[in-house]
Amino acid sequence: MQRPVTPVELGIPPEVRDVSREQWLHMYELMAKIRAFEEQVNELYVTRRMPGLAHLYVGEEAVAVGVCQALRREDYITSTHRGHGHCLAKGARVDRMFCELLGKAEGYCRGKGGSMHIADPDSGNLGANAIVGGSAGIAAGAALSAKMRGTDQVAVCFFGEGALGQGILYEAMNMAALWRLPVIYVCENNLYNEYTHYRETTAGEILARPGAFGIPGEEVDGQDVRQVLAAARRAVARARRGEGPSFLLCNTYRFYGHHVGDVDRSYYRSKEEEEWWKRERDPLRILRSWMVQAGLAEEAEFERIDRAVHEEVLAGVAYALQAPYPDPSEVSQHVYA
Amino acid sequence: MSTPSLSVGTDARAGVREITMAQAIREALAEEMRRDPRVFLLGEDVAEAGHPFKVLSGLVQEFGPQRVIDTPISEAGFVGIAVGAAMTGMRPVVDIMFGDFLTLAMDQIANQAAKVHYMSGGKIKVPLVVRTTLGATRRSAAQHSQSLHAWFSHIPGLKVALPSTPYDAKGLLKTAIRDDNPVLFFEDKMMYQVKGPVPEEEYTIPFGVADVKRQGRDVTLVATSSMVYVALDAARILAQEGIEAEVVDPRTTVPLDVETLVQSARKTGRVIVIDEGYRGYGVTAEIAAVIAEEAFYDLEAPVRRLGAMDVPVPFSPVLEDETVPTPERVAAVARELCWRA
Repeated sequence: MQRPVTPVELGIPPEVRDVSREQWLHMYELMAKIRAFEEQVNELYVTRRMPGLAHLYVGEEAVAVGVCQALRREDYITSTHRGHGHCLAKGARVDRMFCELLGKAEGYCRGKGGSMHIADPDSGNLGANAIVGGSAGIAAGAALSAKMRGTDQVAVCFFGEGALGQGILYEAMNMAALWRLPVIYVCENNLYNEYTHYRETTAGEILARPGAFGIPGEEVDGQDVRQVLAAARRAVARARRGEGPSFLLCNTYRFYGHHVGDVDRSYYRSKEEEEWWKRERDPLRILRSWMVQAGLAEEAEFERIDRAVHEEVLAGVAYALQAPYPDPSEVSQHVYA
Repeated sequence: MSTPSLSVGTDARAGVREITMAQAIREALAEEMRRDPRVFLLGEDVAEAGHPFKVLSGLVQEFGPQRVIDTPISEAGFVGIAVGAAMTGMRPVVDIMFGDFLTLAMDQIANQAAKVHYMSGGKIKVPLVVRTTLGATRRSAAQHSQSLHAWFSHIPGLKVALPSTPYDAKGLLKTAIRDDNPVLFFEDKMMYQVKGPVPEEEYTIPFGVADVKRQGRDVTLVATSSMVYVALDAARILAQEGIEAEVVDPRTTVPLDVETLVQSARKTGRVIVIDEGYRGYGVTAEIAAVIAEEAFYDLEAPVRRLGAMDVPVPFSPVLEDETVPTPERVAAVARELCWRA
């Protein structure tokens, strides 16, 4: 006989009822770390200490964390230009991330990739990608490789709703469905293709697109890590069973602009809209208030976590700022293996 | 083009069996697939159909549909899938039926495959081979006749091989499959039935090593892929007039064997570069510039170039034949360089 559902478990999907208090706190910590990291990246930009630009993940933390919590370290992800959150959620270190963003030798790519190209194969991260939709095939290829090598690894392809305009996404989804590849397409719909609302660029219903290939798709509240984790667990389990790809449409919002320099946004979205999302739909606050109300944790614990991740981020950025640049002679290394 | 039986360059050996270019390529693929379970093929009509040019016939029977994978008509998608598989421990060999279709997969080749190793600081390798075709005169018009290897030679991170004989095709393809980098492997679609000596025993040919297909003292003809035969035919014409042409086949444009090209240029003092890509901003321009930079003071005349005419390849045979270098045109330029015009 099944044990009765406890009050705490009510209201959360059955797939995540076994998740412990410590695991939820860990997810909060990861989300808080991503937010603190990104806020520091913005600070580096504003104070002109970072070369180039960066696309911040603030507001979308629950998607990366919820999905990556359903994965093992050896599972693959491919990421996007807005990829810092995916990297951290999959296991990257803050200090080496900052080193990469600052073009330092100890960065994950020895400073050769930068914000939009962080790759960390040790944690299964095959790399962020600055071409919108550019990794749709790569993720399916990693899944094909896992299948051919006889492992039960899965591959997650993160992409924004802007990638719904790219043909390769549908070419890859077609083959993933035909060949039952263990790949999970995670569409992060933050509403804006750069500076244009997705409804101006996207015909029909998004979920009808995977549906056309026979790929099961579901819409997920991307601000609620409990919902994301549950959906990701369903998709991952299906992939590991050899039943093929899934498509998760995660509704979310970026609290900052398209990139750090996009500060005057009134021509494409209103202050009121931004304030509403920050006030009502903050993924950190949603998890935190549920845990407090459910008696799983106290405010003081979250404050401790917030302080700890801020210290980690400050230490990481301080380390990266003083870390050495690569020797100029490295410019011609790694063109060929 | 005719289908000559060739015994040129370093592959000239007495008593060696002769096979076609298509057979040589098939042998290279089969041997590498037997040697290394990570090697697999994918592309359009590569399995039961064995490719429209029948280069791959029999491979699916030996290796099965798990390793000889028919894809939808989705060049960008399946090249991307091959890149992802290569990044994660496999060694895919992709078939792009006509070189013109590479345009559909440009992002995956030029922005993804070529850059992953560098962008990752050397942590991720992409051991990928993209086999495809080049060459005109098959009466296939503008979208099935181009020779686009210059595009890929221009992108750092890619290697580019252009075999001209069955011997070179087999040895270079085996090297390409064992290389840890993305390699574009261009086969002239008019050469699949060309026969040449290929030994039974195992061999590979290193990249970046040009092959002197004919020795000569008066003029150097640097020629790639099927243009090697145009150059050899021109050399025969010139020999009757007392002009001894040296024919040098770079075999790979990336890496390029600058040393052998420059040595030959210094020896003859006169150079014509012949390649079937468009002449403008093409392979001929790069090779001519390299020779001019390295051997200028040994040259008796400016380096000349013969490429495909800078027009979309026309359908009408009368027009199409105008667009490609011919032995007669090569010989005419050689006479000019040698003051015999």
